[in-house]
Amino acid sequence: MMPRGAKIELRRAWLCAVALCALGVQHASAAPLADVVESAQPKIAKLYGAGGLRGLEAYQSGVVISPSGHILTVWSYVLDAESITVVLNDGRRFEAELAGADPKLEIAVLKPREELDEIPYFDLEQAPSAGGGTRIVAFSNCFGVAAGDEAASVQAGTVMAVTPLNAHRGVFKATYRGPVYVLDAVTSNPGAAGGAITDDDGHLVGLIGRELRNSANGTWLNYALPIEELRASVTRIQAGELAPAQPIAPNNVGAANPFKLATLGIVLVPDVLDRTPAYVDAVVAGSPAAKAGLKPDDLFVTISGRLVQSRGLMEEELARCEADKPIKVTVLRGDDELLELELTPTP
Amino acid sequence: MKQSYAAGIIAAALLAAAPVAHADVDPTVLDAERERIEAMSRAMSPSIAIFAGGQGGGSGVIISTDGYALSNFHVTSAAGNAMKCGLSDGGYYDAVLVGLDPTGDVALIKVLGRERFPAAELGDSDLVRQGDAVFAIGNPFLLATNLQPSISYGIVSGVHRYQYPAGTILEYADCIQTDAAINPGNSGGPLFNSSGQLIGINGRGSFEKRGRVNVGVGYAISINQIKHFLGCLKGGRIVDHATLGATVAADDDGRILVSDILEESDAYQQGLRYNDEIVRFADRRIASVNAFKNVLGTLPKDWRVPLVYRRRDVETTLMVRLAGVHRSGELEKMVEGGEVEPPGPKPDDPDQERKPDAPPAPKEIPAAEQEPSTELPEAVKPFYEAKSGYANYHFNRVERDRVWKAFQSNGDFSALTGTWSLSGDLPTGGEVQFDLGDAACACTVPAGQFGFALNENLSEALDPPRSGGMLAALSLWRRLLVKGPAQFGDVTYLGAMPLERWGEQLDVFAAMHAGVECRFYFEPTTGQLAALEFYPTDDAAPCRLHFREHLVVDGRHWPSFVEVSFGSTHFGDFRLKEFRVKPPMGNGT
Repeated sequence: MMPRGAKIELRRAWLCAVALCALGVQHASAAPLADVVESAQPKIAKLYGAGGLRGLEAYQSGVVISPSGHILTVWSYVLDAESITVVLNDGRRFEAELAGADPKLEIAVLKPREELDEIPYFDLEQAPSAGGGTRIVAFSNCFGVAAGDEAASVQAGTVMAVTPLNAHRGVFKATYRGPVYVLDAVTSNPGAAGGAITDDDGHLVGLIGRELRNSANGTWLNYALPIEELRASVTRIQAGELAPAQPIAPNNVGAANPFKLATLGIVLVPDVLDRTPAYVDAVVAGSPAAKAGLKPDDLFVTISGRLVQSRGLMEEELARCEADKPIKVTVLRGDDELLELELTPTP
Repeated sequence: MKQSYAAGIIAAALLAAAPVAHADVDPTVLDAERERIEAMSRAMSPSIAIFAGGQGGGSGVIISTDGYALSNFHVTSAAGNAMKCGLSDGGYYDAVLVGLDPTGDVALIKVLGRERFPAAELGDSDLVRQGDAVFAIGNPFLLATNLQPSISYGIVSGVHRYQYPAGTILEYADCIQTDAAINPGNSGGPLFNSSGQLIGINGRGSFEKRGRVNVGVGYAISINQIKHFLGCLKGGRIVDHATLGATVAADDDGRILVSDILEESDAYQQGLRYNDEIVRFADRRIASVNAFKNVLGTLPKDWRVPLVYRRRDVETTLMVRLAGVHRSGELEKMVEGGEVEPPGPKPDDPDQERKPDAPPAPKEIPAAEQEPSTELPEAVKPFYEAKSGYANYHFNRVERDRVWKAFQSNGDFSALTGTWSLSGDLPTGGEVQFDLGDAACACTVPAGQFGFALNENLSEALDPPRSGGMLAALSLWRRLLVKGPAQFGDVTYLGAMPLERWGEQLDVFAAMHAGVECRFYFEPTTGQLAALEFYPTDDAAPCRLHFREHLVVDGRHWPSFVEVSFGSTHFGDFRLKEFRVKPPMGNGT
């Protein structure tokens, strides 16, 4: 006598098999979408981090890109937390931290804070490219609808165009300058950023970008960043580049002759918050900073290849650099202009 | 994994076997297109537009050929008790409100004025999978001035979704999420699967800062939830949702444990305790708190559902009776309060970010400012009867009469007005004798002789001891059979609900007489009376009689075997051998 549960499972499997045969004949070009969705869901992550205040959701979406649980997602304030909770479609959860972020592409890679293996993942090397007319499936935790072991929301659509995001300059406030997939599925929703776009065979082709609103007409853009545009950057981050700056350990004295804000001619905004962003308040005329082209309201993003997510971390990172040779920095000017500057110390 | 691999092989084989000529369309694509068009045209005819007076309105779908149709509570609440409906064939009909499930945002109406209506085929929403093709039919933005509804196509975005209530009603539990466009005016309309079966009623969307228009995230009430409520709704009732009387929480291992339980709940009285692990509920596995809330949110008050719990590795199954979420009269008050805001944020929510020069977000199609007219159209008047606590008491009579008529096909007992003298024996040895009259009753059982008058309050008539009131229950059984529901006392149709096992639905009468309540359970296929429950007081455990192994005597079906239980305790069984009716009707055997 078989237990009732097992009987039901068997019956379900049989029904699926029958349905599969029927559908397989009907749509000879691909597996039924429900199967494609089912096979991709274990590789989709729900991410929970900073936020939760008025209008700022404390969650977003991500895709698993390694068997040890690395997550590719969009760089946002949600990741501005010491630890980010990752929840997979079977309800399994683990804590992760920022491995690195590319401010230009506005993407980030998270690494688990524990040893994991055999997690289903998308292989970025195998990710094909899509073109206008490619049928796609979008996976995301839009509106935070899915919780615990609930699978991410799926939507179906088509790539309507592949086009540079800044084709109409200034309309979208983004530092990303490359091509994007413009979609007819409504993917621009709270919490959807970082979600996966697959083709109708379940291969990852794009990453849902952060919410972008057209400043000219107020509409929201449904788009994704092509994986092929992100691949090289992800490899660099996984190799340790663009990692966040770390506080200096107590026994580490830093550089013998470190950089100092004052000698560079940089005045930052007052350090009033726990993690005050490193915004420039003023630039001393004729200083190395002024010569490099730094301006008030610029935001420091990286110092010699390290992310500086706060003014405190920026100062500590500067203290680690010997002031005998130029230093490369990245600053964000306005909403969408990312500049690489070189600060040359006065001899 | 294996499945998609198999599908891949089939696909590959087909592609290899049937190379298509350039510029030709693959015949399978054309077939799929044809099937889609057929499914949509089939699904169009039962889909209706609902006009709720003034500019208000929404959508709905007819589910039986006699005109019963589903919509949202928040659509019909703007209309009151009567509304107009448009069919896609151009027909324009009166409709009357039948029943309401305000918590689940469901309304049952009946379209009038035609012998036979096109009806949608009900699907099984538990078979729905993420990625399945679906389409919504309705009247978005009230575009259908020519009554031709709009169709939006999409996929299932999520299943078993839980959406918190707006206040204490409009809870969407275990619902279907879709990216098929759901816009204002689509509310109450049908969601169909690719073969044109009805799988849900559209009613809600996630909008937040986008204003009240589709953003690819809509929700439909699952048709399986509505199937649970349908019997109660057909009885013209305002139906409440259920509570177990216990809350659950997940422990560190992810097990779902009872975190609090009310002592007066049926679950407690049947043995469920704090810290017991909930394994299954209403035949679904419970692996998360959301899963529990999802299952509970699909169940009406008064339903009995199986609950499997585990304590120290021992699993126990109960059939627990569920209580109501709302206090008595609370839901009725909300319903009488009139128009209900559609679920989701209000368009003028200050939290919504909107450009100052952007046009205001469209509101759920608003009703005219004036109160819905209380004067019913002539065509509707015969189908409406007001009664406190009911959406439309007329339909309670309709269902009560239907059930009673079916019962009477098993024999007319109304002439047997004399004292019923029943004798039999116990399977365990010993004899029983019952004398059931209009004014008094008596019995002789192994525990002794008992009897009392029937013309006074029966709430303390609990004999024989430990039976919970078997003798009173048998007397009330005779009373219903002889007098019928019209003369018994206050008899209403409660709905269709399970009694002994999940999956069955018996028609239930709730009957008040002599200060006590009885529930009568009728087998829907045969019409036979399957069981009776006697509640001496509101929160007492019931005495239940199961009537089995019916025999035909003089053209009447009599139960020859009766099982008696008190609460969850089995009291005893007896086999009836002789049915005798004393004067004035002479002998029956």
